[in-house]
Amino acid sequence: MGRLGDWLDRRTGIRGLAHDALDEPIPGGPRLAYVFGSGLLFLFLSQVVTGVFLALYYVPSADHAHTTVAYIVKEVSSGSFLRSLHVYGSSAMIIVLLLHIGQTILFGSYKGYRELLWLAGCVLFALILGMAFTGYLLPWDQKAYFATAVGTNILAEVPLIGTWLKQFVRGGTDLGTLTISRFFVAHVFLLPAAIFALVGMHVFLFRKAGAAGPPVSAPHTTSESFYPRQVLMDMACACLLIVALGTLAWFLPSELGPVANAADTRFLPRPEWYYVPVFHWLKYWPGASAIVGIVIIPMLLAVLFAGLPFIDRGSERRPWRRPISVGSFALVMLGLVALGVASHLQDRRDPAVARQLAVQRDAVSAFMAEPFVPEASAGSLKVENAALADPAAADGKRVFEAQSCDACHGADGHGTDSAPTLVGMAAKYPNGELIRVIRMPTAKMSDGGMQPIDLSDPDAAALAAYVAGLK
Amino acid sequence: METRRSFFGGLLAFGTTAVAGLLAIPLARFSLDPLWRTTSQVLWSDVGAAADFAAIAAPIKVQLTIEQRDGWRKVLSEKPVYVIKAVDGPPRVLSAVCPHLGCSVGWNETKGQFVCPCHNGVFAGDGSLVSGPPPRGMDELDVMVEGGRLKVRYQYFRQLVPTKEVLA
Repeated sequence: MGRLGDWLDRRTGIRGLAHDALDEPIPGGPRLAYVFGSGLLFLFLSQVVTGVFLALYYVPSADHAHTTVAYIVKEVSSGSFLRSLHVYGSSAMIIVLLLHIGQTILFGSYKGYRELLWLAGCVLFALILGMAFTGYLLPWDQKAYFATAVGTNILAEVPLIGTWLKQFVRGGTDLGTLTISRFFVAHVFLLPAAIFALVGMHVFLFRKAGAAGPPVSAPHTTSESFYPRQVLMDMACACLLIVALGTLAWFLPSELGPVANAADTRFLPRPEWYYVPVFHWLKYWPGASAIVGIVIIPMLLAVLFAGLPFIDRGSERRPWRRPISVGSFALVMLGLVALGVASHLQDRRDPAVARQLAVQRDAVSAFMAEPFVPEASAGSLKVENAALADPAAADGKRVFEAQSCDACHGADGHGTDSAPTLVGMAAKYPNGELIRVIRMPTAKMSDGGMQPIDLSDPDAAALAAYVAGLK
Repeated sequence: METRRSFFGGLLAFGTTAVAGLLAIPLARFSLDPLWRTTSQVLWSDVGAAADFAAIAAPIKVQLTIEQRDGWRKVLSEKPVYVIKAVDGPPRVLSAVCPHLGCSVGWNETKGQFVCPCHNGVFAGDGSLVSGPPPRGMDELDVMVEGGRLKVRYQYFRQLVPTKEVLA
């Protein structure tokens, strides 16, 4: 061990790195209150790992997204468990994030040359909310579709560029396959890359400023290194998180609803719990007042929040001596809880709403109880459709097969290596010309291997109808 | 102090390994899933009621619908086969794929022979080679009768060789 350590250290300087990482002094000693930052990092890594594995089966397209998620949930070994870890992990991140922010505000740890550290944290806050929002659409079930329809509608309230912005995010006027592509790229490439970069910056700035320690009036006289006691607390927190998530995922796996149906006008969208307060808040701002409630007030709150270390500049860190900053934060949190409760109560009191929500829950349970249905590949369907389209064409398909046209032109007339597709041939050879070249191929066709076909008149007409109907 | 630190170090290493090992189980099961999923391709395809083929004079062309599972999707393909009379027992089923270059062999009612349209390979009504470039007669497929239904195991065979060799 010692010799291997020497060998590695000579080449990497790993002992110095470990010393820098582990022996950071923590003024006032380790505390459980400090575990939330590393807890968030742990949850983020868990989301990355489970997310990468989910991508082994997921396909980001309106045609396949729901089928592939259903496949993960209903067929793939441990699929439901891993997806549940990912779904519940996002909720856990929001909870731990709020605890992390609450601890920082309560302890006044944003003070003392820590403005940039705070700002990097604010950007991370926004990025994590963005991850939750973009990830929610990807399963493409009813609630994902309608919640995202509402969520993206809010963007239209932004002055001047609102409509443009909404269309940019959606990739068109409506939610569709391009929306999935955009959300997928944001969720899987752009936002995680930004989070990695910002986490690096956040940790670097944290180490530069040093741990703030507890909010006491006298300067800290004692300090203890990060390793081992704080590391153990952080690890215990990580273990607790993964055990909690694993237990939830095992006993109460996350459900998938029926596939998104844009034509379902009765569906009542309800966002994930952490967006419910915002969702309810929007109800209070109808019509022209929307810009105040949806744009101005949230922007004001965001600016005040991000500007906290610039506004609350005194050296006082004890919470009871900073009633305005601690009080406002508590007030906003209480307000959000109140909005969430109000939303829940409103849903329960309106019988029509309660009934519809119950119908939606039943639809989810019913879908989960069904076995997985594989998706028929597009090529298989065309044959069936062409045969059913019109009787003459159906008869023509019989001729097509009896004459072994399919040997070269393919089972559905789409062509093979040895002969071209027949789609569009009816337009190329109109007015009976098609039948003539089938019976007497042109020189070019003969060179390609086309044989003259001896057909009765009804068979020739049926074959021509079949070829004309090919798509 | 040093012993205490290495004790904690050992505890940490053990804890991390245990948690990581536990988490690796679902991840491994998830990613290895396609390996232990036996190919769900339908081996025996339904041709029709066995009674319908009991007294056939000439070969009957049947389009088999074969369903193959490909992960979360299924691929339905239609494969032509000919049902012909057997001396005794259940009817025989011939693949319509020409053993020469894979064209679809057609039944010529007037000649009472199978004719491949591509290179004029000619086969007798029982599938044996009569003339032309094919290296062997038409390929016979395995059949069975189950619950009164004639079923066939559709397979592909190597072309251009005199013996019948099964392809995947």
